[in-house]
Amino acid sequence: MQRLEGLSKLTGAERYLDDEPLEGPLKGCLWGMTVRSPVSRGKITRITYGAGFDWSQFVVVEPSDIPGPNETYLIENDQPVLAPGYVRHMHEAVVLIAHQDRNLLRRAVASVRVDVAPEPPALDFRLTPRPDQIQRGSDNLLKKLQIRKGNIERGFAQAHKIVEGEYETGAQEHVYIEPNAMSAWIEDGPTGDVVVVRGSMQCPYYVLNALKHALKRDESRVRVIQSPTGGGFGGKEDYPSTIALHCALLTLKARRPVKIVYDRSEDMAATTKRHPSLVRHRTAVDQNGKMLAQHIEVILDGGAYVTLSPVVLSRGIIHAAGPYTCENVLIEGKAVLTNSVPYGAFRGFGAPQTIFAVERHMDRIAAALNLDPLQVRRVNLLKDGDTTSTQQVIKGGTDRHALLDQTLHIANYDAHKREAEKFNRTHPYLRRGVGVATVLHGAGFTGNGEVYLNSKVDVAGRPDGSLEVLAASTEMGQGTNTVFTKIAADAAGYDIADVFVGTPDTFRVPNSGPTVASRTVMVVGKLVERAIDELARQVGQNGSPLRGPALKSAIQAWHRANPESELKGRATYQPPPDVKFDDKNYIGDAYATFAWGVCVAAVEVDLRTAAVRVLDFVAAQDIGKVINPVLATGQVQGGVVQAIGWALTEEMKFKDGGMHNNTLTNYIIPTSDDVPSIRVHFHENPYPHGGGGAKGVGELPMDGPAPAILNAVAHATGADPRAIPLTPERLLPLLR
Amino acid sequence: MQTTASNPAASTLQIAFSLNGQAIDIAVDPRERLLDTLRYRLNLPGTKEGCGEGECGACTVTIDDLPANSCLVPTFQVRGCSVRTIESVPKAELGPMLAAGATQCGACTPGVVMTAHWIKQHSQVLESQTLRALMAGNLCRCTGYDGIIDGVRRWIGGPQ
Amino acid sequence: MNVLMPTSLAEACTLCAKHPGVIPMAGATDLLVHWPLRQAEHDKSYLDLSKLSELRGVRWTADSLTLGALATYWDVLQDARIASVFPLLPDAARQVGAIQIQSRGTWAGNIANGSPAADGVPVLMAYDASVTLASAHGTRTVPLRSYYTGYRASVRKPDELIVSIEIPLVACDFAVFHKVGARKAQAITKVGLVITRLASGSQRWRVVASSVAATIKRCPTVEALLNTGTPLKAPADLSAAFAADVAPIDDIRSTADYRRTVLARLLFHSLQGVYDGAAAP
Repeated sequence: MQRLEGLSKLTGAERYLDDEPLEGPLKGCLWGMTVRSPVSRGKITRITYGAGFDWSQFVVVEPSDIPGPNETYLIENDQPVLAPGYVRHMHEAVVLIAHQDRNLLRRAVASVRVDVAPEPPALDFRLTPRPDQIQRGSDNLLKKLQIRKGNIERGFAQAHKIVEGEYETGAQEHVYIEPNAMSAWIEDGPTGDVVVVRGSMQCPYYVLNALKHALKRDESRVRVIQSPTGGGFGGKEDYPSTIALHCALLTLKARRPVKIVYDRSEDMAATTKRHPSLVRHRTAVDQNGKMLAQHIEVILDGGAYVTLSPVVLSRGIIHAAGPYTCENVLIEGKAVLTNSVPYGAFRGFGAPQTIFAVERHMDRIAAALNLDPLQVRRVNLLKDGDTTSTQQVIKGGTDRHALLDQTLHIANYDAHKREAEKFNRTHPYLRRGVGVATVLHGAGFTGNGEVYLNSKVDVAGRPDGSLEVLAASTEMGQGTNTVFTKIAADAAGYDIADVFVGTPDTFRVPNSGPTVASRTVMVVGKLVERAIDELARQVGQNGSPLRGPALKSAIQAWHRANPESELKGRATYQPPPDVKFDDKNYIGDAYATFAWGVCVAAVEVDLRTAAVRVLDFVAAQDIGKVINPVLATGQVQGGVVQAIGWALTEEMKFKDGGMHNNTLTNYIIPTSDDVPSIRVHFHENPYPHGGGGAKGVGELPMDGPAPAILNAVAHATGADPRAIPLTPERLLPLLR
Repeated sequence: MQTTASNPAASTLQIAFSLNGQAIDIAVDPRERLLDTLRYRLNLPGTKEGCGEGECGACTVTIDDLPANSCLVPTFQVRGCSVRTIESVPKAELGPMLAAGATQCGACTPGVVMTAHWIKQHSQVLESQTLRALMAGNLCRCTGYDGIIDGVRRWIGGPQ
Repeated sequence: MNVLMPTSLAEACTLCAKHPGVIPMAGATDLLVHWPLRQAEHDKSYLDLSKLSELRGVRWTADSLTLGALATYWDVLQDARIASVFPLLPDAARQVGAIQIQSRGTWAGNIANGSPAADGVPVLMAYDASVTLASAHGTRTVPLRSYYTGYRASVRKPDELIVSIEIPLVACDFAVFHKVGARKAQAITKVGLVITRLASGSQRWRVVASSVAATIKRCPTVEALLNTGTPLKAPADLSAAFAADVAPIDDIRSTADYRRTVLARLLFHSLQGVYDGAAAP
């Protein structure tokens, strides 16, 4: 089955938010823009609106215009909608302005001067803050978490060797090609006016909750609709709540429709990034490389507000021990406040950072013991029946040793290695190497998250017998609509032409949870199947679910018997049996299941320039059942290339705590000419509790490439790189 | 650099050019970029803005049969030129791109298709440069480029 | 914003004299970057040269190649003779942005823009090109090596326009263009090096470096070192000479240390097999 909206995208017919004509609800639309903080921390002493503008012609929103609490609803609600007289990071939103003329608006916004009495910012999360940098509690900690298994002291006492290492990863910008865009207008509703917000987003109900909270409205008076979304990767998980609030505040004040479309440089400067991390490993091993104790410290830079850091940290620490089993584990995690833009969700959500550390560390353990890195992996790799750091018993029948061997075979690992070593003996300045990473990724929300979410999906049976899937899960390029159509058609015994997926609109679709965490196909897809069961039961006789033409006829008959009525089957999330997690002590089934993967990277390092080039890349994974091979392959290839960028070139540079290289000229993502063809292999092992037998696919591809590439660089050059992005400037001194 | 608030809209310029084969005669503000004229004045929003700095290629059009970033072209410069946009590419040709997974989120896609279409019509450019080098002016954040490169290969009928 | 649209070079020169500070515009690929954000630029006057057919294209004479001020990178890529006589021109052209920029960006614009990271300028300089400037008062020709006077500053007077670039037909037996960017394609040069060697004569070596000084820079000290055939055992043997010619800095794209180190290594490795004083590493 081909991507449903594919031709519409290929012909340019797909209408993203900024492509819409300013007609209908957008007639008379104003442009909205944001005045931002010029410094990282301090008290706003004065806001001066520039001379020479007729300010009566502009709509200006300040914090006093917010009807409810000046808070962005999320985990702790500590992030203001507009800086309340005090700024905590560069580019924080201070004032909103709208006008019909976009050029004049830009000039007006630039004319606004925000004076701030600066206070000392905390800018390096690795350092203990000075007293004058403390802004939260006594230590600037946003969150602290721990996983404890066995007794690490016992393991260290038995060690043949103790291997230590410190690993760092940098911030990463999402660079969805469609910048953030949002529109808002006011409609009449039965209980008063309704603020309608429509825009580019991953999670309509996050936006809805944020609007309800700060606008002090119930859900009958706020409506959120997703517009076609040009990429997200986590970057449109929580930030759209902020833009939606800004847009809604302007529209409420102006009583006119308002549209906010960020320029690329504003989007890069002001929106969330991947959390920078520092991970320390201290590992006790025996002669064979078997891990006897793992002591892991994970520190994430959380940025200026809590936002999603607690849950990113949670996923990060759970993945920190890698796809290995060890009897004695202590993982200590903390997320630290700094006066940077708040770090947020980004594909992998903390796991790529900690997996980078453990996978690089495995190679360093091998080097310390003079063992093959593959052997060290093999003796520690989880087998069914083994337990993870949270004491989750692994099951499901995936043979991770076989997956590793198969991947090495596909990748020509031995040949690559031999040829590289031969090549390196003769070439004056090029060095080749090959590296491996073995990875896992917990699918769905962590711990009891899915239970708390309590997601719901409706499937409507329409008068003509066709089906419409109603869910808040969004299409942002990853293929939700195509895959839901296929899952629903298969479950109902329908032709795909008779299945439709409704636009996420909080007036029409139930909350199926956020479109994140590789949960859409596995968790929500399963709900689609169950909602169809429920629908079929409603129209079937004796409660036996109908399928195919019989279902279609029964739906048509139901509508004839119940004219003007709605027919819907609803499914609500139920955890698979025996999945239990103690989220206080971090013990138990952290995820209902894991996806598994192996990456092999072959690289070439130019000793003249210290530039690293990926020559070949193989990504193999067990994601359960593959629903759509083209889409799933595209997810893996796209994730791998995004990870190659994170590993090698995507360096966020700071100036006074703000992003300095906030342009696509200076923030370097890979082009088609920078990457090889990414070879993808799926190892299918259907997961009974996932939609169509699938586990999550979206994030796993982000986990392995960075350590595989750095392991390959180490193999090629003998250097010991431990920080990414491994830019030439960073590698050069390591080669001396 | 001092900007003035008054923002004097300079007198407009009347220009004529060919757009997707049709004659256009339009008054433009000299500050307008071709991208803005296409999207906001001529109702052709298929051409996208991804960066406004000539890096991402989402705004690719052809001007006198050469690919250009329309975010870097003042509209007045296309007077007398032939401009083609994504709206001129025949839908019937795009099957191979779809089948290969050349589009995901779709925001870069119109630019990708414009460059690919131009390469297809000038396949001699592949004698001196690889497809990956020729497509390097179109940044994509979703596909990892394999879907695009495979799609273009299938489309132009080159080696698979 | 005021746009002047001359229909002849003579008219362009007159307009240039009449509107001091008017900004010449050819391919506009530099001028329009982030255009909506640069509102101050909207208040200036521009001289649109793009329709002046007399400035178009490339021309060969008996002893030189002339690039008109509107000659684009694409124009150079289309000329088979350029590829054989001046192979570094297409080498550089292919590395300027991508096809979407190569199609509109001009060599003269690259000179006028004056970026120390330019890709067209260093190869022109290594081929010892000259720049012809025209004004209402006449024309003059300036060697490119002495065109720049400082960071984005040149000998061009406000009423002068670049009308052409002349490259003398002198045989080189060695020529190489190195561009080190943050990625393989569509990158801004963080270290660049162009080396040519004349087929005959005593001052045969020309070395031009980019992104390591306020301007694109000929490196006379390095050239002198090579012209004397001084033995070189390692990249470090070039460091002192480069230090006399260039002054790299830390900036948003790289570091002074990186630039200095890589520049010497690139030259050293390029010399292997072609330079008598080069020792294998």
